[in-house]
Amino acid sequence: MATDQAHVSAAGELTESGERRRDFIYIATGAFAAVGAATVAWPLVNQMNPSADVLALASIDVDLSAIKPGQAVKISWRGMPVFARNLTQAEQDAANKVAVSSLRDPQTLAERTKEGHANWLITMGVCTHLGCVPLGAGEGEFKGDFGGYFCPCHGSQYDTAARIRSGPAPTNLVVPEYAFKSPTSVTIG
Amino acid sequence: MGRLIAFLAPFAIGGVFVLALIVGALMPRDAVTPDATKAHFEEAKHVSFKSDGAFGTFDRAQLQRGFQVYQEVCAACHSLNQVAFRDLAALGFTPAEIKAIAKKNDQPTIDEKTGDAATRPGLPSDKFYGPYANDVAARAANNNALPPDLSLMTKAREHGNRYVYSLLTGYTNAPADWKVPAGLHYNPYFKSINIAMPAPLTSEGQVEYTDGTKPTVDQMSKDVTAFLIWTAEPKLVERHKTGFGAVIFLLIMTGLGYLSYRRVWAEIKYKTKKGEVASA
Amino acid sequence: MSFPWAKHYEPTTDVGKWIDSRLPLPRLIYDSVGAGYPVPKNLNYFYNFGVLAGVALVVQIITGIILAMHYAPNTGLAFNSVEHIMRDVNSGWMLRYMHAVGASFFFIVVYLHIFRGLYYGSYKPPREVLWLLGMVIYLLMMATGFMGYVLVWGQMSFWGAAVITNLFSAIPIVGDAIHTWLLGGFSPDNATLNRFFSLHYLLPFVIFGVVILHVWALHIPGSNNPTGVDIKGPQDTVPFHPYYTAKDFFGLGVYFTLFAIVVFYLPNSLGEPDNYIPANPLSTPAHIVPEWYYWPFYAILRAFTVDFLWVPAKLWGVLAMFSAILLLFFLPWLDKSPVRSNTYRPLSKLFFWILVVDCLILGLCGAKPAEEPWLRISQLAAAYYFAHFLIILPIISRIERPLPLPKSISEAVLTNAGHSVEAARAAVAAVPQPAA
Repeated sequence: MATDQAHVSAAGELTESGERRRDFIYIATGAFAAVGAATVAWPLVNQMNPSADVLALASIDVDLSAIKPGQAVKISWRGMPVFARNLTQAEQDAANKVAVSSLRDPQTLAERTKEGHANWLITMGVCTHLGCVPLGAGEGEFKGDFGGYFCPCHGSQYDTAARIRSGPAPTNLVVPEYAFKSPTSVTIG
Repeated sequence: MGRLIAFLAPFAIGGVFVLALIVGALMPRDAVTPDATKAHFEEAKHVSFKSDGAFGTFDRAQLQRGFQVYQEVCAACHSLNQVAFRDLAALGFTPAEIKAIAKKNDQPTIDEKTGDAATRPGLPSDKFYGPYANDVAARAANNNALPPDLSLMTKAREHGNRYVYSLLTGYTNAPADWKVPAGLHYNPYFKSINIAMPAPLTSEGQVEYTDGTKPTVDQMSKDVTAFLIWTAEPKLVERHKTGFGAVIFLLIMTGLGYLSYRRVWAEIKYKTKKGEVASA
Repeated sequence: MSFPWAKHYEPTTDVGKWIDSRLPLPRLIYDSVGAGYPVPKNLNYFYNFGVLAGVALVVQIITGIILAMHYAPNTGLAFNSVEHIMRDVNSGWMLRYMHAVGASFFFIVVYLHIFRGLYYGSYKPPREVLWLLGMVIYLLMMATGFMGYVLVWGQMSFWGAAVITNLFSAIPIVGDAIHTWLLGGFSPDNATLNRFFSLHYLLPFVIFGVVILHVWALHIPGSNNPTGVDIKGPQDTVPFHPYYTAKDFFGLGVYFTLFAIVVFYLPNSLGEPDNYIPANPLSTPAHIVPEWYYWPFYAILRAFTVDFLWVPAKLWGVLAMFSAILLLFFLPWLDKSPVRSNTYRPLSKLFFWILVVDCLILGLCGAKPAEEPWLRISQLAAAYYFAHFLIILPIISRIERPLPLPKSISEAVLTNAGHSVEAARAAVAAVPQPAA
């Protein structure tokens, strides 16, 4: 048709229906644009990941020297409470006496402490049921029937190794990643 | 009638504005007394830094020297409250070294038992808070002058890099026609000429460099300026690197885009009667 | 969308037909920016700036939403939150510089777009509403840009806010009440910062909505073109896709390349060093200057130094500054010439270029301190600005003798290819016209 001829709209040859053939140049350009878009998209997504100042506080040093046997402290780490407890020999013995197979979440005290530091029990202060902060770390707080921690929200009770003994919580208090830098200081996280 | 108003209104409004402006333009101006400050003011000296230009980078050794000058001279009065101790890792310090630097810099806190204001040793996540508890204390210690925070100084002044260097090396005796008020010092690179800060770098060897560089006043000034360029723009190198890749990529993509455009338009614009193609 | 030869959307796949019968979005896209929208084939590169402005808006919205995830709109935290973005947030420095430089690029592109419209008479009938919507977008952009700059809460943020909000107290009787109402207090403070953040987040979406109306208003009569002559038939047009999608892609490549050069190598070149100093209400900077895209209007504001006709100088400045923008709304009725394009209006073309130089001079004056010789130059340049739109244009549009117009776009295009007017006319006549 004359109209088509007046403005031939193909580059290169026309197919029968008059459509444009997919030239290499268009594919190359499109590929470049796609790669560019993907490259730009990554920083837009990654900016929501923790920033440098948040990551810097992901790891903290704790000085344990002031905690006497039988005492515990609450530390804030990554916005959550951590219990650092100096177990007395009696508390350690009580934990070791328990038949591990009878526990809901079987673990020995040795598995939950560091070699040579069996008296230091460092766990999250977050009940594994629905996330309340259990009592027992502060001076004079009720430690529950098993001498460890007592969660007032729904009655979960933990023993001297912070293992779940009764109540609805499914697992023991979580032991975070930590390491001893010296006999009296740890780095958590 | 409405048509007439619509026709005349622009001329009336325009005329009024134009008249008001012309009257203002024709008004005689009061005699302006020449500003002595402007006459004495000098533009920042020309000096170059490794970070200048599109391919600029930081010289880690220079940044470390500059940091040493800051710590030993400037930190007595100036804070760097946007810079955290952990940021010094970019200068090549190890985590242990950073912890040691942090410990020496006190941070404000409250006493756990009494609630009174107190200080505690710094942690790597803390910032260079500076020597004064607050601005009032800073002024009280400096004859009512407030030593400004230096984190952004090289971006907060016109030609900031050259300005800081010029200021540090620009202290001279005041010329005969200039009276410097008591407690201030003559520095023609400072906007109002009389600066409250006495020359901070006065003698060679004020700071002992450990890498063997000769600590002349000029060298120390260059080094601490380079350090302040880093505190103001710690991401400079990353920015230049990313930019290089981005611009190269975009130039190629634009080139491909142009070729595609020409392909698409090849026969469109000009077509003669004979059917010959004369494209753009 | 009133061109009979425009291609029609025919969904070929089952999915395509299913969507088309329920919500014809693909059809809308095809008809507006696809192969179904005929566009004059003689558009030059000055016609790229509309799309570039749209893309600039999208870039600002995306980077802005992300920045808002990290920014704290409180006077005690704002400045430090911006530095937190620059230093600690992953790629934060890049996002912040993209947003700041992006605002400048948005204005560059919009100014070129507006001046294109002025030159080719794109504001003339039947495109008056298109022009008015564009002016609304421009006003919204200026408000958004102003508030965004305040959010940094540097020295220039604070004092710029103080100066501009102070203008409202020049209004007689209600001025002070409006001033206090805007600020939420007696000087810029937390109340001001918080509401500016809220509005700065909101207005870009309002702009987006007006842009949709703007494009809709354009698509009713279709695009103007450098000749100003209406489309006569299919020989005058090409479908938007692939012709102008390809050209716009290339234009975007150039835009992004220049954008990247500034973002990565000259990120602070368009800004003010004083804004890297935290806001201090007790210490005024030596020279308060707004961002460069406000400079011409700032010059007009400060050009009025004498009380005239019982109106104080300060009020004159405020009235003139707002009038300078508002008079543009009346342009379709100030310029009465039946010829659209300055290509064929030699007198109007001359004054157009004088206007361009005048606006550049006004811009330069806005950056300088309000001293001589800049003050006198501002006064003369501002006088020309008002005279141009309110006196010169109405007169010359009625009395000038335009050059002979081409009969059609095709004729103009073919004539440009180096053929005689007769040969061009013959070539055009040889093309069968669709039934009217």
